Amino acid sequence: MGAQVKEQDMTPLLQVNGLTKMYGPRIGCKDVSFDLYPGEVMGIVGESGSGKSTLLNAMAGHHAPDRGEVVFDTRADGPVDTLKMSEPERRMLGRTDWAFVHQHARDGLRMSVSAGGNIGERLMAVGGRHYGEIREQAADWLGRVEISDTRIDDRPSAFSGGMQQRLQIARNLVTGPRLVFMDEPTGGLDVSVQARLLDLLRSLVREMGLSAIIVTHDLAVVRLLADRLMVMKDGHVVESGLTDQVLDDPQHAYTQLLVSSVLQV
Amino acid sequence: MIELENVSKSFTLHNQGSAVIPVMERVSLKVSAGECVGLVGASGAGKSTLMRLIYGNYLAASGRVLVGDVDVAQAEPRQIIALRRETLGYVSQFLRVVPRVPALDVVAEPLLAVGTPQDQARDKAASLLAELNIPERLWSLSPTTFSGGEQQRVNIARGFAYDYPALLLDEPTASLDAQNRATVLRLIEGAKARGAAIIGIFHDEAARDQVCDSFVDVSAFSPEVAA
Amino acid sequence: MSDYNFAYLDEQTKRMIRRAILKGLAVPGYQVPFASREMPMPYGWGTGGVQVSAATLTPEDTLKVIDQGADDTTNAVSIRKFFERTAGVATTEETTKASVIQTRHRIPEAELTEDQILVYQVPIPEPLRFLEPRETETRKMHSLEEYGLMHVKLYEDISQHGDIATSYAYPVKVEDRYVMDPSPIPKFDNPKLEMAAIQLFGAGREQRIYAVPPYTRVVSLDFEDYPFEATKADHPCDLCGSEHSYLDEVILDDAGNRMFVCSDTDYCRTRRAEGHVGRLGESEGEAA
Repeated sequence: MGAQVKEQDMTPLLQVNGLTKMYGPRIGCKDVSFDLYPGEVMGIVGESGSGKSTLLNAMAGHHAPDRGEVVFDTRADGPVDTLKMSEPERRMLGRTDWAFVHQHARDGLRMSVSAGGNIGERLMAVGGRHYGEIREQAADWLGRVEISDTRIDDRPSAFSGGMQQRLQIARNLVTGPRLVFMDEPTGGLDVSVQARLLDLLRSLVREMGLSAIIVTHDLAVVRLLADRLMVMKDGHVVESGLTDQVLDDPQHAYTQLLVSSVLQV
Repeated sequence: MIELENVSKSFTLHNQGSAVIPVMERVSLKVSAGECVGLVGASGAGKSTLMRLIYGNYLAASGRVLVGDVDVAQAEPRQIIALRRETLGYVSQFLRVVPRVPALDVVAEPLLAVGTPQDQARDKAASLLAELNIPERLWSLSPTTFSGGEQQRVNIARGFAYDYPALLLDEPTASLDAQNRATVLRLIEGAKARGAAIIGIFHDEAARDQVCDSFVDVSAFSPEVAA
Repeated sequence: MSDYNFAYLDEQTKRMIRRAILKGLAVPGYQVPFASREMPMPYGWGTGGVQVSAATLTPEDTLKVIDQGADDTTNAVSIRKFFERTAGVATTEETTKASVIQTRHRIPEAELTEDQILVYQVPIPEPLRFLEPRETETRKMHSLEEYGLMHVKLYEDISQHGDIATSYAYPVKVEDRYVMDPSPIPKFDNPKLEMAAIQLFGAGREQRIYAVPPYTRVVSLDFEDYPFEATKADHPCDLCGSEHSYLDEVILDDAGNRMFVCSDTDYCRTRRAEGHVGRLGESEGEAA
């Protein structure tokens, strides 16, 4: 991975410029800019209402922002502003090079479709028409997210919360995306289940050379997963930098408050 | 390899009346390849703070912190990440790992990060763990369940798994028995011999004298003295 | 005749429906919304098909109505009577003599011709509905040609039943563009969707009309390793001996005796009139 990352080092995978989303007179997120390079994992932290989820959804194309650019380094045409793409292009990106992991697995899974069908959907969406191959890949991915392949024909409703979340991750990663958006991926899970998921995400990120943007309010999660950190308050980015530097030597008043408010275990 | 020029560090406590607490001033030091410099000074003088500044964990208020050709005080996060992956190792006093990851993988991780094949990385990790007397039955367990001494040795093994050109060692021999202490000192000397630039904090004077080529008294950088 | 306007619906409504039909023919497989009227029969009894037939019929037409292939079932009889009364058109049970055929759940066995129109009654026009309940989303999927989900349904079939168990309302792709629900016809009929006659589909409750013009390419979706098969009961018709028609299974007694007969009653009758005889055909013929 190290070598690959170096070669591509010069072109950011994602460049966000002046991204602004207003809800009427109220700020969703304002003038957010950053570059994300291949293989980097960036965390976005802040309290509820800080604009971190708004920002994530605006970048992922779920809500149209009012201003700004979200430039993605596409395989075919190099850097392209995804906000100016046609909807079919953007949706195709969402099924191939991009992935989105929702906080609630129910929002990211088809609950009435078997685990295998959930994983296979993206393959079929990009033209997979061989049942045996689709099923083989689905079984392989179940294994990678530590779900027994004997559960391949079970519906996600029969799965525990942690398994549902892992299934959602498998469903998203099966097409080998390059950028993954995650909204509180470990929220609502038991601590022990969280740890397992974090470990899984870390190894997948490394093995696949993924870039990821993770929104969370859990500082322990970003410390373990994210290389870089952005701290948001009232729709603005108040501080950003290397994760451990921001957490151990916070410069902004709000970050200092946030870090000092965490209960020590 | 490591060169600090006129570095200062202060903390601003915004939530306590914006009190500015200067902790270091006019820090300059230089460590060449193959050299080991020991940081000395009373407890609280800022030895660990200085290490954190070099590692990029603390943000320098001014000055230059050069590691290789990267100025850590100014670099982008991704440059520091690359620096930490390929150039600069850090053995801290505390092991911070993802729960549930086996000790063997914790040690192998720095190698995997630079693209070493998994089996090779694990072989190297295994030999280091063996050398540091971590019983083989523990290798598949998460170090979070280990004793303090075991955790520290896992941490050392991790720090020496990949041959970093520059190394920061914070109390690597503290609370080790004689045999393990000797092993760690051998690892440090091995690193020096292959050309690593090392900055270390050692309370153990005998160890310090054995591996360090020179010393820097951190007390000299404290703002009170400067004033 | 009566005080009804020709074919029950007023002229403006028929005009509106004809426009929807023409748009449907212009964009094969695309579901055109239309303002479905209340008809004097319950939803599920073919209100969509009846409105399309009403807008299609002219006084010179000859109408045939079948329900699961049969001319003599309640639904077929009542719709036929409805148009006899409100349009005064000629009716027939013979496929070849009809100019407009309204059908529920079958395509006649006899090959249809260019001067015929086949009108289907459709309960649920949206083939993606089963997996994606949001109308806004399914419309988008159609407009952007995102049909991966359709294969998810077939995948689920194979994973649960060992093969594609969908045996009716089997999804098709029309002219390489729109995925369409052919109404609940048996998949045995799917290959016949490529035909010389005009095919119109009416969904009354869901207010949609769609169409397949003559000689349009209609491909049944499948997997490379699980290709589409137009299956039927592996039997000849017990009455007319046909090996190639779609069959209904009829239980004869409590001892488990049963017979297979053509679901297309006109086809079976025509064959028997031509002298074809099946396993149980003779006694039936004598009794008749």
